[in-house]
Amino acid sequence: MAKETVKKAGAAGNTNKAVVFIKENMGIIAAFLVLSVFLSVFPATSGSFLTAKNIFNVLRQISTNMLLACGMTMVIILGGIDLSVGSIIALSGVLAAGCVSRYGLPIIAALIVGVLVGLVIGVFNGFVISTTTIPPFIVTLATMNIARGLAKVYTGGSPVRVVTKEWQFIGAGYVGFVPVPVIIMIIVLIITALIMNKTKMGRHIYAVGGNPQAAVFSGIKVSRVKFFVHAFSGVMAGMAGIILASRMYSGQPTAGEGAEMDAIAAVVVGGTSMAGGSGKIGGTIIGALIIGILNNGLNLMNVNSFWQDVVKGVVILLAVFIDYVKNSKSKA
Amino acid sequence: MKHIHKRFPGVYALNDVSYELRAGEVHALLGENGAGKSTLIKVLGGIYSADEGEIYIDGKKAEINGVKDAQNNGIAIIHQELVLVPHMTVAENIFLGREQGQGILIDHRKMTEEAQRLLDAHEMNIKADALIKDLTIAQQQMVEIVKAISYNSRILVMDEPTSSISDKEVAFLFKTMRGLTAKGVGIIYISHKMSELEEICDRVTIMRDGQYVGTEVVKETTKDDLIAMMVGRELTNYYTRDYLEPGEIVLKCENISDGKMVKNAGFEIHKGEIVGFAGLVGAGRSETMKCIFGLTKGSQGDVYVKGNKVNISNPVDAIKHGLALVPEDRKLEGLYKVQSVRFNSTIEILERFIRGVSVDDRKEIEITQKYIDMMATKTPTQEQVIGNLSGGNQQKVMISRWLATNPDILILDEPTRGVDVGAKSEIYAIMNQLVKEGMSIIMISSELPEIINMSDRIYVMSEGRVTGCLDHDEATQESIMQLAAN
Repeated sequence: MAKETVKKAGAAGNTNKAVVFIKENMGIIAAFLVLSVFLSVFPATSGSFLTAKNIFNVLRQISTNMLLACGMTMVIILGGIDLSVGSIIALSGVLAAGCVSRYGLPIIAALIVGVLVGLVIGVFNGFVISTTTIPPFIVTLATMNIARGLAKVYTGGSPVRVVTKEWQFIGAGYVGFVPVPVIIMIIVLIITALIMNKTKMGRHIYAVGGNPQAAVFSGIKVSRVKFFVHAFSGVMAGMAGIILASRMYSGQPTAGEGAEMDAIAAVVVGGTSMAGGSGKIGGTIIGALIIGILNNGLNLMNVNSFWQDVVKGVVILLAVFIDYVKNSKSKA
Repeated sequence: MKHIHKRFPGVYALNDVSYELRAGEVHALLGENGAGKSTLIKVLGGIYSADEGEIYIDGKKAEINGVKDAQNNGIAIIHQELVLVPHMTVAENIFLGREQGQGILIDHRKMTEEAQRLLDAHEMNIKADALIKDLTIAQQQMVEIVKAISYNSRILVMDEPTSSISDKEVAFLFKTMRGLTAKGVGIIYISHKMSELEEICDRVTIMRDGQYVGTEVVKETTKDDLIAMMVGRELTNYYTRDYLEPGEIVLKCENISDGKMVKNAGFEIHKGEIVGFAGLVGAGRSETMKCIFGLTKGSQGDVYVKGNKVNISNPVDAIKHGLALVPEDRKLEGLYKVQSVRFNSTIEILERFIRGVSVDDRKEIEITQKYIDMMATKTPTQEQVIGNLSGGNQQKVMISRWLATNPDILILDEPTRGVDVGAKSEIYAIMNQLVKEGMSIIMISSELPEIINMSDRIYVMSEGRVTGCLDHDEATQESIMQLAAN
């Protein structure tokens, strides 16, 4: 009997990566499927959920969270956390909007400024975290406040409106029938997946997150890895800020409040361990989808928005709990 | 414990194991890593429940379904990794979870007094109000023992208690253990060190591959018999070593200093040599190697590789000059515990199969397999999470990782620590093979028999200095210890 199970384990090891991924993430994949099927057949939503229009709508809604979650996945695998991304959304959004409406700069310049804002704050996070031993939680808590504060200072607290028509292309436009943010999201996902699975940097992220001291012995430049990951997370937030500001026709100093928590939720629901060293971008994608579909479904069902938060919390717990039960079984 | 069975997915961890402990005896539990010792102890301690089998205590059948049950039955376990809270006092640790006092208020004075009484009763020179973090490892162990005794335990399990304490402290530990057995406490003693068995244990039970092999009275058996029972075969040549004429000097180090632990250390290594580094803990051996490997900022000294002076300021430089270092503390400095055997094998040589964003999976698998075969690493698959392998197999992967960099000079820091006898012998054979092929090996080890039997030459260090160099035919435990205490 014992031999049989050993053989089975061996066979599982040899099958391809997709099968392994599905096996390891059975919990959230099941949650995702159950949720989707439920929304497709539930009378109140069956007519509207499974339509092309609604699906693209959902994808567009989750695109900003997905961008943040891409950066957050790397940061959390590294064993850290990035709380500043929500505030970067605001600062990037108001400055980019300001470029167009206040200074009359071309839109392309505004886009560059928005991304640069994210890059600068990310680089600053990375610099402090890689050169000192101050915990990432504290560093990014500080930059979270600084960025949010700067956004409010710049705007005086009120939105920076943009009336230029072209401005809306990034956040609300379409290429064919696909929303632009969805296209951006897919490109970013491909880039993130490539970095994490196909580059030396990706391996080094897992190594540093798994055992920083061993990484030093391995000759991995630990500070460079931390630097890169935080800069990447900042850039993601900068891009998310532009998309949001574009979709709302304005840069708002309150945009992205709590967005960091949604990103963390997507990553954790996706099976990445807060302890660092393990996790997959594929899991994060499903995690972000679950949260997005849930929001959408609850809206379609006309559930009171206060209750939506409660349901969201319960689903996050459930998804993580399923993985926990599965893992503790396979470990014992 | 009778006929204990425990199955895990894919593993039959305990297959009909029986074990008996008499009051007042020290009964060793012996077996290679993965033999099922820890699992058996965890069943006894209520951490796992057995699939089949019964546990009898004082002749009565005991139901142990949790840690509390075990405690109530007088069973206390001292784990290999100490589980004390560093920032709390000795007294607080001893009474952790059953603080003394009234209602929700803790009576600190009463607790401290009670703890001090317990400590004094066992002649332990420890203050009950000291913080755990200020104690030595050995003292912390004593606190663990007192904590265990304070539950009025009749059965005490000690899992490799001597793995990180000095000889003097071991002597004191044994004295304490004898005091306990005299009071009728039965001690289950887990250790890899054969010499300790002879000194402290009355009987020994041997396990292998989750099965019961036999129980022997220690005085009536020999070390070789026990090893044979553990490994399941006779180890005819435990140490494999063919001494060859060494070649030219490949590494020469002069005046290595790090400003703290290492003081003007100097030595040279020839091609095809195994050079042992002996010394007491804290003699600066590992620190010397870290300097050479570019891991210590601000270290000084001259390093010559094959006659050329080189400048090594980080591990990347060191690897470039043909050096490799398998660190001392596998868990802390080597393993990526949650990652696979393959990830752990190839992390040093990513550039060989990753170009930009293209990974040559087949090549990575091929390289990994090459070293699994070479080292005879036992792992179900390359995807196996390395944390699930035994210590010996983890160490083999660590050595593989560094061999993959094709080094000329391989530095092994305590290569067989926490490695079972079978794997140890295999590692020796591989070392012998590697030097035959022209590699040079530096081996730091605190196990004198291993150093004496494997090295061409032995450098002895004491307090950061190299105090002598012995040829393998003139090295004895005595001559080494003399230099080490110099």
